[in-house]
Amino acid sequence: MSSTAIPTITSAAPVSATPGRFGIYGGRYVPETLMAALLELDHAYELAQADAAFHAELDGLLKDYVGRPTPLYFAKRLTETLGGAKIYLKREDLLHTGAHKINNALGQALLARRMGKQRIIAETGAGQHGVATATVCALFGLECVVYMGEEDMRRQELNVFRMRLLGAEVRGVASGSATLKDAINEAMRDWVTNVRTTFYILGSALGSHPYPTMVRDFHRVISKESKRQILEHEGRLPDAIVACVGGGSNAIGAFYEYIPEPNVALIGVEAGGRGTALGEHAARFQKNGGGIPGVLQGTYSYVLQDDAGQVATTHSVSAGLDYASVGPEHAMLHDSGRATYTSATDAEALNAVSVLSRTEGIIPALESAHAVAEALKLAPKMGKDKILMVNVSGRGDKDIGIMTREMNLSGAAAQKVSA
Amino acid sequence: MPITFPNKPGLVIYLTAGDPDLGTTRDMAIAAIDNGADVIELGVPFSDPLADGPVIQRASERAVAKGTRLTDVLVICKEIRAARPQAGIILFSYLNPVVRLGMAAFATAAKDAGADGVLLTDMIVEEAAEYLEAMRTNDLAPVFLAAPTSPDERLKAIAENSRGFVYAISRVGITGTQAELASDAEQLVKRLKQFTKLPIALGFGISTPAHVQTVAGFADAAVIGSAIVGLVEKTAAAEAPRAVGDFVRSLRKGTTGA
Repeated sequence: MSSTAIPTITSAAPVSATPGRFGIYGGRYVPETLMAALLELDHAYELAQADAAFHAELDGLLKDYVGRPTPLYFAKRLTETLGGAKIYLKREDLLHTGAHKINNALGQALLARRMGKQRIIAETGAGQHGVATATVCALFGLECVVYMGEEDMRRQELNVFRMRLLGAEVRGVASGSATLKDAINEAMRDWVTNVRTTFYILGSALGSHPYPTMVRDFHRVISKESKRQILEHEGRLPDAIVACVGGGSNAIGAFYEYIPEPNVALIGVEAGGRGTALGEHAARFQKNGGGIPGVLQGTYSYVLQDDAGQVATTHSVSAGLDYASVGPEHAMLHDSGRATYTSATDAEALNAVSVLSRTEGIIPALESAHAVAEALKLAPKMGKDKILMVNVSGRGDKDIGIMTREMNLSGAAAQKVSA
Repeated sequence: MPITFPNKPGLVIYLTAGDPDLGTTRDMAIAAIDNGADVIELGVPFSDPLADGPVIQRASERAVAKGTRLTDVLVICKEIRAARPQAGIILFSYLNPVVRLGMAAFATAAKDAGADGVLLTDMIVEEAAEYLEAMRTNDLAPVFLAAPTSPDERLKAIAENSRGFVYAISRVGITGTQAELASDAEQLVKRLKQFTKLPIALGFGISTPAHVQTVAGFADAAVIGSAIVGLVEKTAAAEAPRAVGDFVRSLRKGTTGA
C-alpha cells in the first residue's frame, strides 16, 4: 500500500515540524473527531490575533470588568522579616473572580462568540477556572457546563456554589482520583460528542495545539505589566521570578516576557505534596519522582506515570496544582535550563499562607502559596540589593475550609511569624 | 496473515485485555474467532481512556487495577496467534503506554507477537511520522480512525496512510452502544470510498445483529466493542468465552457465513 500524502499533511515530516511544538514537546494527540474543531479553532484564533477590534474589546474588558492592570506591590514587611532580597508581589489575586484564570477565560469566550458557539464547556480543579468561565458566560449570555472532580467539589465547595450562582451547570466526575485530570477527560468526552456546537474553554496551558499557545498569549499580560511596573519601581528588571506550576498558565504568563532576558531567573514551583513517592505529589520535574515525557490529554510533555505508561494519581493540598502532567512549554523551558523547577510541600505551602497573611495582610490561594513558600526559602539567600518577584496568582478565600482544617488556628494571636 | 473480510460484512471484535483477566481475554478472542470474527482488536487498558464511554472506561479501570501491562497484552496476542493462525489481530491502544515502551521497541514486539496491525486512538496522521516508519519497518498495518467531522482532505490522508482497513467512526462521540445507527455513518463511508480501495470497518455504537445487517449495506465490516465489553462485565469469567462466542454467532447469523 502506498503512503503518499497530500501536501498539507506530510506523513514524512519530522515530528518537530508539526504545529504547536515547544522543542520536542506539545503537538496534537487527540481522537480524529476533534481535529476539525482544533483546526477551526486554530484558524479563528489566528484571525482574532490579527484583528485590532478583537484586542480592543479584550483590553477594554480586562480594564473595566476584570480590573487590570493589577498592582505590583513591594512587600516591605515580608522583605524585612526575611532579611534578603526585595520582594515584589504581582497581585493577580486582586482580579475579578479572585485569580489570574479570568484573563484566559475572557479571551476564549470572546473567541467562542466570534465563532458563533453558544455552548461552553470547561474543566476545573480548584474551581477558579470554572468560576472565571461561568462568569464570562454570564457576561455574554452563553450556556455553561463545568466538569469538576468530586474530590475537588468537596474541597473547593465555595467555588461550586459560586459557579451555580453564576448560572453554570457543575457536573461532578467520579472516575480516577476525581480531580483535575479526570475532569479534563470528561470535558474532552463532552467535546468529542458535541463538537459541532460547543467551545471548550480549557483552563491551563495544556492540551492540544493551539491551546498551550493561546492560553499563554492570554496570560502574557501578566509579565507585560510586571516588566513595565518593575522598571517604574526599581529602574531595572528583577533577579528572579517565582510562580506556582500546576498546568502552568499563571507561570507561563508571569515568565513569558522575561524569557529573552538572561539575567532574570525563572523559577516554577510544583506541588511537593506529602512525600516523594509516586502518588504522593504532583512534581512532574522532580528527579526520580516518576515524571517522564509522555502523552496525556492531547499533548506531549512530562507525565507522572508508572513504568507501564499508566498515568499516576497525584496528591496536593491545592486542587489547582494536583495534576499529573504539565504544559509543554514548561517542559521545553525545563529541558533547556531556561527555567528551573522546584517544589513546595503541603506543609510548606500552608506555612507560607500564614506568613504572608500575617506580614502583609494578604491571604494567598493554596496554589499561589507554593510560590510564596519558595520565596521564603530563596529571599534570605539573596543579597539585599536583589529583587525577587512572586506571582500571587489567586486569593485564598476559596481555601478557608481547608486552611481551617489543616492549620492550628487556636491561640493564633500569640504565634510569631516564622519564615 | 493479511487482514481480510471474506464474510459480508466482516466482523471486528474489540476486547479490553485483562478484563476480567488475561487468560479469559485470550479464550474470549479464540471463541470470537471460532464463531465468525474476522479480526480481533486487543484493547490495551489505559488509565485515561478519554475517547471511551462508560462501559469501556470501567473495563479499562478494572484491567489497569489488576496491573495489566502492554507487554502482558503482547503475550496473549502471541497465544491467540498460535491458536488461530488465520485470524486478523490488531493491537488497539492509547498512545502513552506505547510511548513508554518506545515506538520502535513496541513495533518489533508487536510483530514478534504475531499482530497484523495497530490502532492508536490518539494518533493523528500529522503526528505519525515515527509511528508509520515503525509500522513499515515491521510490516504492520497502521489503522487510522476517520470521523464524520473529518473534511475530505483529512479523509484522503487517513485513507492513504492506513493499511489493512480504515476504521470509520459511525457518529460524533465516544464509544458506547446506541439504539440506531447515525445517519453520519453511511455518508462517511461513501466519502472514504472516494479515496481508497481498502475495506472500511464501521465502529462506535454497533451492538445488535440488526445494526450489523445495516452496516452490511454500505460498509465492509462492523466493529463491535462496548456491546461485547458490557456482556463480559455482567458474565462470570468462566462463562465469558462461551457467552462471547454465542453473541458473535448471533451477530453473524442472517449474514453470509451463517
